[in-house]
Amino acid sequence: MAQFNLPKNSQITQGKSWAPPPGASNLQTFKIYRWNPDDGATPRIDTYQVDRDDCGPMVLDALLWIKNKVDSTLVFRRSCREGICGSCAMNIEGQNALACTMGIDECKSPDNALPVMTRKDKDGAIRIYPLPHMPVLKDLVPDLTNFYAQHAAIEPWLQTETPAPEKEWRQTPEDRSRLDGLYECILCACCSTSCPSYWWNGDKFLGPAALLQAYRWLIDSRDENTGDRLDSLHDPFRLYRCHTIMNCANTCPKGLNPAKAIAEIKKMMIERTV
Amino acid sequence: MAPTARPTVSQPLSPHLQIYRWTWTMAMSVFHRITGTALYGGTALVAIWLVALASGPVGYSYVAGFFGSLFGRLILFVYTWVLMHHMLGGVRHLIWDTGIGFDREKRLGMARLTLIGSVALTLVIWATALLVR
Repeated sequence: MAQFNLPKNSQITQGKSWAPPPGASNLQTFKIYRWNPDDGATPRIDTYQVDRDDCGPMVLDALLWIKNKVDSTLVFRRSCREGICGSCAMNIEGQNALACTMGIDECKSPDNALPVMTRKDKDGAIRIYPLPHMPVLKDLVPDLTNFYAQHAAIEPWLQTETPAPEKEWRQTPEDRSRLDGLYECILCACCSTSCPSYWWNGDKFLGPAALLQAYRWLIDSRDENTGDRLDSLHDPFRLYRCHTIMNCANTCPKGLNPAKAIAEIKKMMIERTV
Repeated sequence: MAPTARPTVSQPLSPHLQIYRWTWTMAMSVFHRITGTALYGGTALVAIWLVALASGPVGYSYVAGFFGSLFGRLILFVYTWVLMHHMLGGVRHLIWDTGIGFDREKRLGMARLTLIGSVALTLVIWATALLVR
């Protein structure tokens, strides 16, 4: 049975409210999840005021501004700042996103949310949490060990029987185009950690990210291990815990559609038995 | 290697349901679960009615009286909506099983249509029932 409530050690308390920068007039409030493994306390929410006139347009800019100018102890992952490394995935205003590609002005109104949930919060603050339902290492940094292990489990490499050609494995432009919408995945984990099925069964269900990768190899015209790949997915949990909730597709910062990839795998399962 | 200091508070689980913003598709998935569970109760209502029908006029009049009461009709009205919502949800899943309806506009439109359609169908069924009675 799914555990809907947070365990006692994970319940969040009110944290520190940091003083606004002196002289700033254009302020945006951020409420950010903090947890330090060393101080013996449960997680808390710290409040920061960011000077928009002194800060770039993206949420990552605001986090860096806070770390540089207010609180250097704030911990988060980031690298490329252009949506290709997937490091800065986090939960921003209730939706998983990359902090570097999510604008401070746009994060309150993703258009796929229920109208009742898109209302402005009374305090106008932007809330930032780590990716949902993950073990926290520190602040906004989740432990992705299980997530990466699931990616490894689908054996994300070309598997062939025929002897390797002298130059390369060739592919027609049409066959290559079937990988579009799949190869772009940067494994940021936004989709898997948005999925309630993954929340409740993340130890057994592979999750949308790993399954999208699985499909990427299943439909690769050069791969010759399709049968074994399907066999390993034929499991009530690994594949079939997907109940088409579609949070994965709603949240993917690269605009990919893991739900559709999973549906295509389910179709392949049926097609090979009829 | 020197032992590292063990954390005094075990590693927390990041918040999930508590903070995740509800999407249409997520809400309709939850509705589908809830209505599916509620249909067990609805089927029991049908079974009760059938048993009463088979038991003879005394038993039947008792059950029919309850279903005909204001409270009974309210239950049947909700049951109708539950049935319609679960049916439309099922149709939605059937469409998805063919590999279509996953695009952003389609999945959002279908989720909204499930809710609007179930309410509309329920009203049509009850209007028809009350008119032809």
